[in-house]
Order: sequence, then C-alpha cells, then structure tokens
Amino acid sequence: MSDETAATAEITCTVNGVRRTLSAHPLARLLDVLREQLSLTGTKEGCGEGECGACSVLVDGALVNSCLIPVLQVAGTKIETVEGLASDAQLHAVQQAFIEAGGAQCGICTPGMIMAAVQLLTEKPQPTDADIRNGLAGNLCRCTGYMKIFDAVVRACQRAGEPT
Amino acid sequence: MARAHLLNNVTATPKTKSNAETNVVGKPVPRKEGRAKVTGAARYVDDMRVEGLLHGATVRSAVARGRIREIKFGAGVPWDEFVVVTAKDIPGENVVALITLDQPYLAAEFVNHPEEPILLLAHPDKHLLEKARRAVTVEIEPLPPVFTLAESDAKTEIIWGADNVFKSYLVDKGNVDDAWPEADLIVEGEYETGAQEHLYIEPNGVVAVADAEQGVTVWGSMQCPYYVHKALLKLFALPEDKVRVVQTETGGGFGGKEEFPSMIAGHAALLSWRAGGRPVKIIYDRAEDMVASTKRHPSRTRHKTAVTKDGRLLGMEIDFVVDGGAYATLSSVVLSRGTIHAAGPYHCPHVRVHARAVATNAPPHGAFRGFGAPQSIFALERHLDKVATAVGLSPEEFRRRNFVREGQTLATGQVVREPVDMEGLLARAFELTDYQAKRERFARENEGASVKRGIGFASFMHGAGFTGSGEVYLQSVVGVEATAEGVVRVLAASTEIGQGTNTIFAQLAAEALGLDYELIEVLQPDTGHVPNSGPTVASRTTMIVGKLVESAAAGLRQTLQNAGLLGATYTTEEWRAACRAHCERYGALKSFSQYQPPPGIHWDEGKYQGDAYGTYAWAVYVAEVAVDTVTYEARVEDFVALQEVGKVVHPVLAAGQIEGGVAQAIGWTLYENVVWQQGRMLNAQMTNYIIPTAADIPPIRVYFEEQPYPYGPRGAKGIGELPMDGGAPAILNAIEHATGVSFTHVPLMPEALMKGLLEDA
Repeated sequence: MSDETAATAEITCTVNGVRRTLSAHPLARLLDVLREQLSLTGTKEGCGEGECGACSVLVDGALVNSCLIPVLQVAGTKIETVEGLASDAQLHAVQQAFIEAGGAQCGICTPGMIMAAVQLLTEKPQPTDADIRNGLAGNLCRCTGYMKIFDAVVRACQRAGEPT
Repeated sequence: MARAHLLNNVTATPKTKSNAETNVVGKPVPRKEGRAKVTGAARYVDDMRVEGLLHGATVRSAVARGRIREIKFGAGVPWDEFVVVTAKDIPGENVVALITLDQPYLAAEFVNHPEEPILLLAHPDKHLLEKARRAVTVEIEPLPPVFTLAESDAKTEIIWGADNVFKSYLVDKGNVDDAWPEADLIVEGEYETGAQEHLYIEPNGVVAVADAEQGVTVWGSMQCPYYVHKALLKLFALPEDKVRVVQTETGGGFGGKEEFPSMIAGHAALLSWRAGGRPVKIIYDRAEDMVASTKRHPSRTRHKTAVTKDGRLLGMEIDFVVDGGAYATLSSVVLSRGTIHAAGPYHCPHVRVHARAVATNAPPHGAFRGFGAPQSIFALERHLDKVATAVGLSPEEFRRRNFVREGQTLATGQVVREPVDMEGLLARAFELTDYQAKRERFARENEGASVKRGIGFASFMHGAGFTGSGEVYLQSVVGVEATAEGVVRVLAASTEIGQGTNTIFAQLAAEALGLDYELIEVLQPDTGHVPNSGPTVASRTTMIVGKLVESAAAGLRQTLQNAGLLGATYTTEEWRAACRAHCERYGALKSFSQYQPPPGIHWDEGKYQGDAYGTYAWAVYVAEVAVDTVTYEARVEDFVALQEVGKVVHPVLAAGQIEGGVAQAIGWTLYENVVWQQGRMLNAQMTNYIIPTAADIPPIRVYFEEQPYPYGPRGAKGIGELPMDGGAPAILNAIEHATGVSFTHVPLMPEALMKGLLEDA
C-alpha cells in the first residue's frame, strides 16, 4: 500500500441518524468515505475542488463540499446525505417538488442541489427570489438553466405551508 | 398558426381507465427515473460496486506534435505490480472507428496533439496509480505544430492529409456572381466563435471486463452505445456477439459523450484484456476530462452580401471554416450542419457557401449541442444586423422583407413545404418582450448612464434528425415487447441523458396503445438486449426514434387484435388478459419497427442540394442586456425563447430543454473562455472555466407554437439543439444596441468588451 493510505484513524460520527465508527486515513476526503465505506453513492464527485457542489452534504446543519473535508474533521458531528432525506416511502418535500417541477434532468447535480435547497429552506423558510439564487449559487447544473430548480424550491415552500 | 401553450401552469396527470380516454402526450407526467435521481439511488458508472477492481490511468503527450523516441519508467514505483498497455498490445486495429480511420487509441510513433494517449496503466491502488502515472516520461522529438484555424488554412505546415482539410463542401444556389452587378449595396463581415467545453457534471467514465474467451463488456456514461460497440469490434477484432456495451445512468452529455466514450471504453477494455479479464475502471477527474476530451469547434465565417436599396437579399457568399483539431472525428458532419444552416431562414435567390473543416494540433473538437449550426447562425444573425444598418432599415424590418415563406427555397434549394410564419413569431416575440418600446426607451435612457441597456434578437431555424440521407443510412430499429402481465417494454439504444428519453418513449407507447403511462417501461440500453435505434444526437430521439416507438407499439396491438385476443377498444384489464393469453399460446410478444423516410424527400449528396432535413424548428429569441461601462461586465437581464417545434410531447421536459440550451448559449457568449496555450487548454478547472450559476442566469421565458409535423410522433419535431443557436447573436445584437459597438466574436469576455468600448470612445 502507498503512504497515502497506510495510516488510519478511528472516527465516530452520526450519518443519516445512525452512529458510525469509521476507520480511515485522517486526511481521506469525506466524499470518498461516504461513497466507498458507507456505500452512500448518492453524493457525487463533479470536480474535486469545491466548485460544483455535486458532493454537497450537511455537517451539523451546515452545507459543505464533502470533497474538501478531511474525514477527521467530522469526528463527533451529525452528517446528512441525500439518502437520509426520505423516510420510508415518503419523499422529502424538496425531493417531491424536484420531480414535479422538472428540477432534475441528468440527475448528477441533483443530490447536492437538493441538499443545498433543504439547507436554504431550513434557514429561510420563505426565501425571496434572490435568496434562492444565492442559496443555490454554489451548486452548478449544466442541464436545466436553473429555472425548473427555482420552481421546485418555490413549490417545496408552498407545500410546507399547506396543511397536511 | 396555432397559438402556444404557456407552460408555467403544471397540471396533474389524468388517470385513464380505457384507451379511448388516454391522453398522455402533451401532459407533464413524472419523469420515469425521477424518483431514483432525487433519492440518490440512480446508479452512475462510478457508483457500480465491482469486486477485484483495477483502476486505470492514461499517460498522455506533453507536446502538440512530434515523434515518440522513448518511454521511461521512473524509479520508486513497483512496476511489476502494474498492468501496462502500449500500442503494441492492441489485439485488433489501433484506430477509433468512426467516420475516417485516422485516430489511434494509443499513439505509436507520432503524436498530433497535447494530451494524446500514449500508454495505459492499471493498479488496484488509485493513489499508487497516480504516482506511477507521474513517474512515466515520454521523450518526444518535437515537430512544427499548427495551432490556429488561420495557420492551418494558410497551409504553411501540412499536418493532416495533403492539405490540412478534413472535409469541404460547396453549396451553390443560383449564381452568386450574378448578384454583385445588380446590388445597390454589398456588405462584408467576418465573425469568430471560440471553443466551448461541455462541462457535463459527471465526467467521462467506464468499467470494462475483457478477455479472449468471454469477449468485451463495457458499462459507462455515454450517448451512443452502438458507436462504442462498433469501435470495440475493430479494436479487438471480435465478432459482434463478443462485444457488449451497456449505458449506465449518464450525468449529462450535450454531444460530449457522443464519440468520446469510444476512446475511454477502448482504453479500459485494453487494460482488462491485458490483465486477463480483471475488471478495470477509468473515471476521469475534472482536469483530465476538460483537457483531453472534445470541445465545440472554433469557427470563422466571412460574409459578403448583396442587397437592394429597399432591403431585398440578392446574393450571399459565405466562407465557413471550423477548426477540427488533430483528427477527423465528427468534423465532416459538424461542418455539414453548420453549412446548411449558414444562410438561415431567409429567401435569397443566389447563395454560395464554401465550407471546410481544417486540422490543428489541438485535441479533436467534437459534437456539441447544435453541431456547427450555432457557429454559422451566430455569424449570419450578427451580419444581418450590419446589413440592415447599411441599408437604413431596422434589424426587424430588414428580416421581415427576407423571411422564407412556404413554397420558397432555402440555401440547398429545399422547398419549404410546411406552414412557416417567421413574421408571426417575430411579432409575438416582440409583444412578449415589449421590444419596440424598450428599444426606444433604452436608447433614450442610456445617454450618460454608466450601465447601458439594450435589447436584440435572432431569428433562426434548426433541422431535426440526421442531415441529408443520414437517417436512411442509419436504418434505425426499435422494439416493443409485452410481458404476460401486460407490462410494455420499449427496446431501444437511445439513451436517457437528462433530456427525458425514458419519459417521452413511455408517453408515446402509452398513447399508441391507449394504456396508462405507468404500464410502460423503457429498458436500459444494452447492445446485448436492444436493437440499434441509432445515436442519441441531432435532435432525433423524439422525432425519429419516437416515431418508431409509436409504430412498434401499434404493431404489438395489431398482433393481439389479429390473433383475436383484443377488441378494437379495450380496458387495461382486457389488455393484460390478451397479453397473458398470447404469451401462453405463442410465447414472447414482440414487435419491431424500422425507419422509413417520409415521402418526397430527395437529397443530392454530391451537389449538396435538396431536402437537407425532413423538417425544421423555427424560432425567434430576444435578449435584454445590461452593460456596465465601469466594470465592463455584460449581463443578460431577460431572455425570451419563442419557437415552433411541432407538437410538444411533454411541456415540462420541453421547456427544460430550451432553458438548459439557452443557459449554455449564454455561457458560450459571455462566460466560457477556453484559454489555449500550445494547443492545450490552460484553464482546465471549474475554478477558472466559468459556466453560469444560479446567480448569473436571467429569467428564461419559454414559449411554444405548435404546428404538428405530419411525420413526427403525434406531430412532434426535434428540439434538443435548437436553443443553443439563437442566444449568442441575440445577446451581441443587444450589446450593440446598448453600446453602439458591433462585436463580432464570442466569447465576449470583459477584456474584449473593454477594448471595444475604449476604441469606440
């Protein structure tokens, strides 16, 4: 084995509500640990340098690019990925809205974009147009031109306001 | 002309109980694979779990052109653990089979562009693999390179064939030399467009398993499984049944995964073959994908136009050149589409287009949404504003006097046989944007303002399907089968790459059979299981392949009805019972349909005259811009895309195609600058190759007019490429309105804007 993967550390964190103890090189990217050790392949790699946001996850409620986070940094935190949003058969309101509005085309930016939208709506339940644009500006989409993604966010807010 | 639907009102899907009521086409049914995509369950190639996997890497040329002298393996790497492949290890022919057999999988003696693949490595440890890749040095004796289209065109150094020309065309309508003496005015102009990176968010990637006994199987991100299949047959000298290509969920293509996947698939398969059949995965990182894969062809167009003083077009002479990079790849067909669109939706008695694709020592340029048309249309729609000004007419009045009408002819002599109303589209687009009032108001308000506003438009058309005889040669086939439970499956090699193939095919099959949309499945494209429905390109999937889905589905129903198992009308339960009975009595229930050209289509490949496309989509796009004369930033503030595309099969998907294409056009125009250094992309990073973000994009307002095309499924035409065509000229026309300066190239970066505005001042 090469130097880069030789040393490992034990890290404990909560992923999608489940407590996990991970054994990984302390500088391993959170992205790789999620995808390879935990088989959470919904989180995608688009650029590996924190520009595209396809690898966005929530760490203690903050939106981060998991390609830039060394795994040691998430010890003791709560991590949420796209796989943790739906409960059983019930999609999260944002996921449902993405389907209805046509917010997902090729789907590769979608998990990261949805995490960004979820975080935005947690922070600002009634976002303005500018809030939505700025809140999603760290997540690149090459298919949609963003219009249907904006529609999806608006639709998700409306749904949140409806009685269930 | 039929009035459009305003597509912002999304309605729920009606549930239908009998075929008489089924009406799926035109409704925003949920995307077939939507749930998998929003939950993260969709499997892209890098998500595949494979036991005993080796990772593959590519050693590439550091120079643009030269002769390979020696390959050296550096110290500090356990080379005996590595699988190594060079050109000598190729079992079949060292050539990527496409159109012209000039591009090797691995350079053997000569390299012709930076980043050309020379050697392949595989190892189980990704980190060690990268260390090894860096430890290989290739000594190359440099040869004189050619980097620009102008240098190549000048032929001072010959780098490809006898004259650096991959392909040339001449379109001759009338005799343009007769136009010059009659003209009141002759207006000339020169226009250039830059390269553009596709920047699909999922980079190229494949997994391959290959050995002499089992043959070759490849899973990967791609648009055209049968292109990869064809290329692997030649690379390994295997019979057809020994090669299998499976498309995994694909994270965007835009043309970038039309021909390029044949290269990476071959590389992974060569490594697996050499490794005795162990699976090999190659996933490019972003930098490698950007620096080594294809881009949009840079172009230069020269126009010389003869007009009368009342603004009638008499003659157009157009010289259109595209830079193809180092190998032929698809340049001949990109050039063809650009050539045919070069004179636009205008009636002009004399047109001559000289077109050629030339070689440079850059990585090959390839398919990218629009496929040559955005380049030539940019030039034309900028130039016509110049001609209008020269004759003293407004851009719109000049175009009104020259728009092609039903019964008139396009540049290839094609008689327009469909109702076309460019004037109507123009009027409606102006109404939607308040164009006339803004044109006057901005001009007034810009006096002394540091932020200057402008509004401009482009009017254009885009041919759907393969050019000329292309569809006849392709002979595409689609299958539809039904299970004993009455589930209907569409069998096609057409790929879902985000545009909605799965959904559209299911809608068309449901509509043809009078069944619920939910009862239709679209199988994963796998050359082992689906017929060749042709490549997923050229705005052909809905219009051409969708028509085959419709007819194959009708064949299935006919079979059941002929067998006396199904009545003329039926419920879903009766359908299920008929399928069950048929499967029990006769076995599998399948129906296939093969492409037949519409009647009356004639194309002369030699003269480049005739019906270039079966039909066209027609459009007028209007852009509103703000130019900051302090920071030299130009922003698009509003964008209206109005088009006539036949029947809209799925309003949300269709609008999504237009919005996405317009966003790419805005990027190509104002943000996306490929910086070249010695034939190599210098800014191969998302950090410094900028595409529009959510914060940059204006409202993109999409409107459709629907004039059903009799030979498309339910009247549909193709739309995928169209939205790439009009953005760039509309934006630069608007910038001219804002600033009074006529810019002639894209991308128009702030530096160029500054230079232009300062020179004008």
